[in-house]
Amino acid sequence: MAQPEQANRTGGSEAFRRIAIVVPYLWLLALFLLPFLIVFRISLSEPVLAMPPYAPQFDWSAGWQEFLEALSQLSPANYLWLAEDALYRNAYLSSLRIALISTALTLLIGFPLAYGMARAPERLRPILLMLVILPFWTSFLIRVYAWIGILKPEGLLNQFLMWIGVIGEPLTILNTDTAVYIGIVYSYLPFMVLPIYATLERMDHSLVEAALDLGCTAFGAFWKVTARLALPGIAAGCLLVFIPAVGEFVIPDLLGGTETLMIGRTLWIEFFANRDWPVASAVAILLLLLLVVPIVLFQNAQARAQEKAK
Amino acid sequence: MSGRWSWFNITSVVIGFAFLYIPIVLLVIYSFNESRLVTVWAGFSTKWYVEMLGNEGLMDAAWVTIRVALAAATVATVLGTLAAIALVRHTRFFGRTLFTGMVYAPLVMPEVITGLSLLLLFVSIDMDRGFWTVTLAHITFSMCFVAVVVQSRLVSFDMALEEAAQDLGCTPMQAFVKVTLPVIFPAVLAGWMLAFTLSLDDLVIASFTSGPGATTLPMKIYSQVRLGVTPEINAVSTILIGLVAIGVITATLVNKRRMVADARAAAAR
Repeated sequence: MAQPEQANRTGGSEAFRRIAIVVPYLWLLALFLLPFLIVFRISLSEPVLAMPPYAPQFDWSAGWQEFLEALSQLSPANYLWLAEDALYRNAYLSSLRIALISTALTLLIGFPLAYGMARAPERLRPILLMLVILPFWTSFLIRVYAWIGILKPEGLLNQFLMWIGVIGEPLTILNTDTAVYIGIVYSYLPFMVLPIYATLERMDHSLVEAALDLGCTAFGAFWKVTARLALPGIAAGCLLVFIPAVGEFVIPDLLGGTETLMIGRTLWIEFFANRDWPVASAVAILLLLLLVVPIVLFQNAQARAQEKAK
Repeated sequence: MSGRWSWFNITSVVIGFAFLYIPIVLLVIYSFNESRLVTVWAGFSTKWYVEMLGNEGLMDAAWVTIRVALAAATVATVLGTLAAIALVRHTRFFGRTLFTGMVYAPLVMPEVITGLSLLLLFVSIDMDRGFWTVTLAHITFSMCFVAVVVQSRLVSFDMALEEAAQDLGCTPMQAFVKVTLPVIFPAVLAGWMLAFTLSLDDLVIASFTSGPGATTLPMKIYSQVRLGVTPEINAVSTILIGLVAIGVITATLVNKRRMVADARAAAAR
């Protein structure tokens, strides 16, 4: 597949080849790349009471001089303000902290699940796999909503715990960071399980037996063989949970409390409640910068998986 | 991987699935609750389903959502399949790295950023927000998911088949439609279903890019949930979950039957 002359021959007529490249390319340039440039440009503007609520406006018909003048009004003031304001710094740090802890918790629950699935009798595996994928297809919003009724002070979890007599008073779980952790782990569990399961299922279990024969303890064999071999799956799963968790909006908004700071929610509030489009744009650019490293890691992993598949 | 399925394995699978499914099961059970209090059981009733059907705002939103999802999924499938062809078959063209990046990036882009950036685009070109802007936004992010799904199937496609069709007199276009498309069709269909459910589910991007008169079902559910849990929302959720479950299980069974049929055909030969 890598030879260009083969691609040319097999790709067929020039017209068909061009359509396959040009149409999606132009679409993504216009609706993916261009919007980012606009966000960047607005992040350098200042808010005004008008529609659209930012200045300066570029008026292309006004001539070169006007354009240069508008250009000189752009300033990094919003970024300086965000850097100085403790609220935003805390929102970034707290997003990272919540995403990291949730990713670790998801791994803690997801790995044994994936491992158990990979060890299951072969005829059961397709069913188990479907059961993991099924929640992924059902609405994210609904799955988060389901937890509200469970975690409320008078909710089902508290009713149950009081009924079995573990607690005398209802626990406050909803509208705390704990509820956010539960929500993220629950929503993103399939993203962790699927890549780990894929690596474990391919693994040759006789390697573990060999390690045991050679004197490893059961834990040693697990740690030195199984965990090592599952590492690519673990890495992929962690990235797939961590990246969306950092920018998450729905979960902190519905399950978190007023003191749960997450950057996705801050952006939403800046935009919808405060109607400060330039600051919202600057928050978006900084969030993107925060995610550049994990996103590049993810893309490299994808590219490597593609190479392998070929 | 083989070996014994130990008690530890069974326990972790059971706990994992209990965690995944108990909230959904409870949600469904309480949609049939007589009481308005979602957490107190007061007997079986289907009255919330009746109430839901009479709720005009909810029904309008459902109708908007279905129209957006149908349009977005269909266009996204065409664009995503084309993008997959470009990625797999055309290894050299101008700006391929940028193209690859633009296909993968939306998969991991936080929704708030995608939503904000598309809204600012629509504002700056002075496009009225509503049905079409939501649809355009949904096409853009879901076409990338379609591209990845179709790509994984296209990679393993034997190009010799298409070449043979061309040698036998097909034009490249005919060869693609008659030979390649039927082979990759399950992936294209899976891509369409994925795009459809992504569009059906999306709250954040729709909230940014929608305008008056184009409230989608997730937006409606979200605004009601913020006011508190109501059994009506449980009823809507149950219907959505039921439809998705039927869809996924049917697709799995059809795939299985197809594989069995293929295997039998191969054995008979």
